[in-house]
Amino acid sequence: MGKKDQPNGEMLKGTLDMMILRTLVAGDAHGHTIAKVIERSSEDVLEVEQGSLYPALHRLEDRGWVSSYWGASENNRKAKFYRLTALGKRQLTLQTSRWRQMARAIALVMGDKALDEGGRE
Amino acid sequence: MSWRRWFRRKQEDADLVREIDLHIAEETEENIARGMPPEEARRRAFVKFGNPERVREDLWQQNTSIFIDSLWRDLKYAARTLARAPGFSVVSVLVMTLGIGANVALFTIVHSVLLKPLPFQEPAQLIRVYERGAEDDVENRGIAGGVFSAWQTQSRSFSNFALLGAGLGYSLSEAGGQLPEKVTFGVCSWNLFPTLGVEPALGRGFTAGDDQPSASATAILTWGLWKRRFGGDPSVLNRTIHLDGKPYTIIGVMPSWFAYPDLNVQLWTPIYHEVPGEEMQALDSHDWVAIGRLRSGVTEAQAASELSLVVRRLHDQHLDNPFISKSAYERPLLKDMVGDVETPLYVLFGATSCLLLIACLNIASLWIARGATRRRELAIRAALGGGRWRLLREHLAESLVLSAASGAIALFTAYAAVQWFVSSRQDMTRVEAIHMDGAVVAFALGLVMLCAVFAGFTSSLPIKSKPILDSLRDSSRSHSEGHERIQLRKWLLALEVGLTVVLLVGAGLLLKSYRQLRSSDLGCATDNVLTMQFSLPENNYANSAQRMNFFASLLARVRSLPGVDAAGFVRTVPGQGYGGDAGFAIAENPPLPAGQMQSAIVRWADPGYFQAMGIPLLRGTIFDDSQRLEKANRVVISESFARQYFGGGDPIGKHLLTLGSKSFEISGVVGDTRFVVSKPAQPMMYVSIYSGEFGSTGLVVRSARDVNTLALPIQRLVQQTDPELAVMDILTMNQIIGRDTLDASFDAILLLVFSVLSLLLAAVGLFGVLSYSAARRTTEIGIRIALGAQREQVLRLILSEGLRPAVVGLVLGLLASVGVTRVVQSMLYKTQPLDPIVFLSVTVTLLLVAAVACVWPAWRASRLDPMETLRSD
Repeated sequence: MGKKDQPNGEMLKGTLDMMILRTLVAGDAHGHTIAKVIERSSEDVLEVEQGSLYPALHRLEDRGWVSSYWGASENNRKAKFYRLTALGKRQLTLQTSRWRQMARAIALVMGDKALDEGGRE
Repeated sequence: MSWRRWFRRKQEDADLVREIDLHIAEETEENIARGMPPEEARRRAFVKFGNPERVREDLWQQNTSIFIDSLWRDLKYAARTLARAPGFSVVSVLVMTLGIGANVALFTIVHSVLLKPLPFQEPAQLIRVYERGAEDDVENRGIAGGVFSAWQTQSRSFSNFALLGAGLGYSLSEAGGQLPEKVTFGVCSWNLFPTLGVEPALGRGFTAGDDQPSASATAILTWGLWKRRFGGDPSVLNRTIHLDGKPYTIIGVMPSWFAYPDLNVQLWTPIYHEVPGEEMQALDSHDWVAIGRLRSGVTEAQAASELSLVVRRLHDQHLDNPFISKSAYERPLLKDMVGDVETPLYVLFGATSCLLLIACLNIASLWIARGATRRRELAIRAALGGGRWRLLREHLAESLVLSAASGAIALFTAYAAVQWFVSSRQDMTRVEAIHMDGAVVAFALGLVMLCAVFAGFTSSLPIKSKPILDSLRDSSRSHSEGHERIQLRKWLLALEVGLTVVLLVGAGLLLKSYRQLRSSDLGCATDNVLTMQFSLPENNYANSAQRMNFFASLLARVRSLPGVDAAGFVRTVPGQGYGGDAGFAIAENPPLPAGQMQSAIVRWADPGYFQAMGIPLLRGTIFDDSQRLEKANRVVISESFARQYFGGGDPIGKHLLTLGSKSFEISGVVGDTRFVVSKPAQPMMYVSIYSGEFGSTGLVVRSARDVNTLALPIQRLVQQTDPELAVMDILTMNQIIGRDTLDASFDAILLLVFSVLSLLLAAVGLFGVLSYSAARRTTEIGIRIALGAQREQVLRLILSEGLRPAVVGLVLGLLASVGVTRVVQSMLYKTQPLDPIVFLSVTVTLLLVAAVACVWPAWRASRLDPMETLRSD
């Protein structure tokens, strides 16, 4: 699957939130790092459209799943860091298990073969 | 959307910009690290990120509610528009503040006094019980001790049933050396506080053991007395105080909010310990108050009928005693406490509501006028595509801004007004419960919304109905202005005038009633008469001779004081209340049939009292100064006594069997005096205070000069005669009458103030509408004059135009008054609700004021120079 032929806008609704939360499990991070980590760990399959990253971060903060503070970035710039809250951790577990169920269900429907073809490139 | 972000949207946006900048910078650096030239690295970073402005906009919208945003914009716009017309805005705010403030203040009082439940546990279950002479008797009686005992043993309706008496006086002193003082105290059965569900804040309540004749004396202080006299010292418990010279142990202090039955009661003692046993078992002296807590499932009516049954049985067992009641009657405790103030408060509240309505009508009328001047602006905006809803919304926003501002000011004004009310009406029941709370603020908010919507909508009626083209066309001045606008204002005016008339009539009736009350003749001298009360402690004055001697010697000393013209004793001064009565029989008449009774008010007085108070001796003689102690066997009766019980016959020399079946010879007949100002005189009999039967009395002193200067010398005399004696209630007769008529004067004056304010508003409204309409008709009038109309004709034309709504309003108001005045009937004294003089003077006043308001615009119109008006267009 090519990097550019999959429009990221069609990323399943709610999965971006989940991935942001997952990224923050490793530690507090600012927006750029979060985007980068998601891209890297998806082996550059998923490119976070920046236009949706920041509204998502703000939304998560409003819901109390992440909190934010201003700190210094690796390059010593002033940056807004996001941290996973206890509420966010609980939400992450919930969403992860829901996601697993969903992925398994889809895999069952598509048959293992399809999963093998699509899953690895 | 989140409120926090909404309120700091600007800050949030700035943060976001920084966040994005950082993101781009980091990305650029990474690109450079990958070997791109800086320019390219930066461009690629932007390409990857997309449009930062989009992100900003998205987030801005995410943080915004469109509704609130546009509301906010409307309000800002409205505030700016209003600031451009400061005169209009200030007048509007003032008028609305007046209306809202008066209403909020009255609501605070009504809400606290009438609507809030009593601060006791489950107050709805508490009822007060009365005795009644017969089933259909309207006069409620207090409870006799014996009846209460019978109820307690035979009734099953109450989970708790308590007895109390209040308003008695004690001389309080303690070892500490403070001056003795007179305190008003209450006596109660031990279970009064448990019945109410109140516990002492300090110490303990009474127990059944305290409430017995044999128990050691105990007392519970109220919070106020504890703070004032004992400095709030908690070690006051178990301390001994002296009440009328007898020792009492303080066992408790009531909580600060406890003010039952009123703020006057400062101390409680157990009733069965305090009052002699035989008095507590009497069936025929209706002295006490009974309060019960209904068992769940028992209705008031059931309780009353059960109690009635018990009373009836007692009555039938003692047919020889006509003073035993026949039935019982009940009322919820709250109703019982506020019954007297309910109607006046609701009437005042009604008056402030009228005031508010008038204020709103006035504002609406003002706005219509303003709307007219902005007609062109509105028409142009409508023509440019401004939706009607949009224009209406702006209009409402303006009225909301104005009423919100008024509401805010009104809250403060109302707070001040309530403080004033509380301080000037300490005598009212539950005055201590008056506080502004959440409900009041909610009420104020409601009023603000109501005013905004009312004034806004009424005044925007013409906006909607007008086709745009028409407005544009007739905004040229040569046309007479849109008729419906002025028509609407005239209707509003008529309504205003109508409401004003109702208020004026109400105020007029109350004022007349108050005047009647003040002019009613007490039957005795009222100018330059000083009165005071004292009571001799039982310990030091145990027998009649001691009391008699004290009275005689004190009176002699008072009379010899320079400035004192005359002085005398009477156990209850005229105007200070009912005092007490006694049944009697006329010895010379055949005995009354069993079960019938006659009674009259009794007064203990000294022979000099009548002369001192200017009460005329009509026949016979006053009892003799030498007839003292056992020899005090003469009685003087009042005129109405003689008329009622002797008809045309001569009472002198007849005998009354009374006060424990003693025989008193009637020696004279004196003029009637009233026991309260508002009640007609009742049959009264006087016996000599020198019988020494009682130790408490009132002293009256008359002087030719300012009698207040005598208060101190007399107090000093009392102190010299007995240093432990406290004097209380030092009042002139006029003060007594003032106290007695305080309610009436208070209500009348408040209502008068409200009605004068609304009259003023109506007059201003009338003036405004007429000036405006005359100004719009300038051209027409100019033409009329040019064509030969006489100035007087023009004057008449404009005058009649202005007076028409006033007259319509007057008729409406008079008709409404006929219905409404029935409400105040119970507040009136010797005044008919349809008093023709009041109605007539209101009509005249209103027409005069209306004429004055109309004359200036009409006169100005008749002075117009036709040349100028025609040229100016």
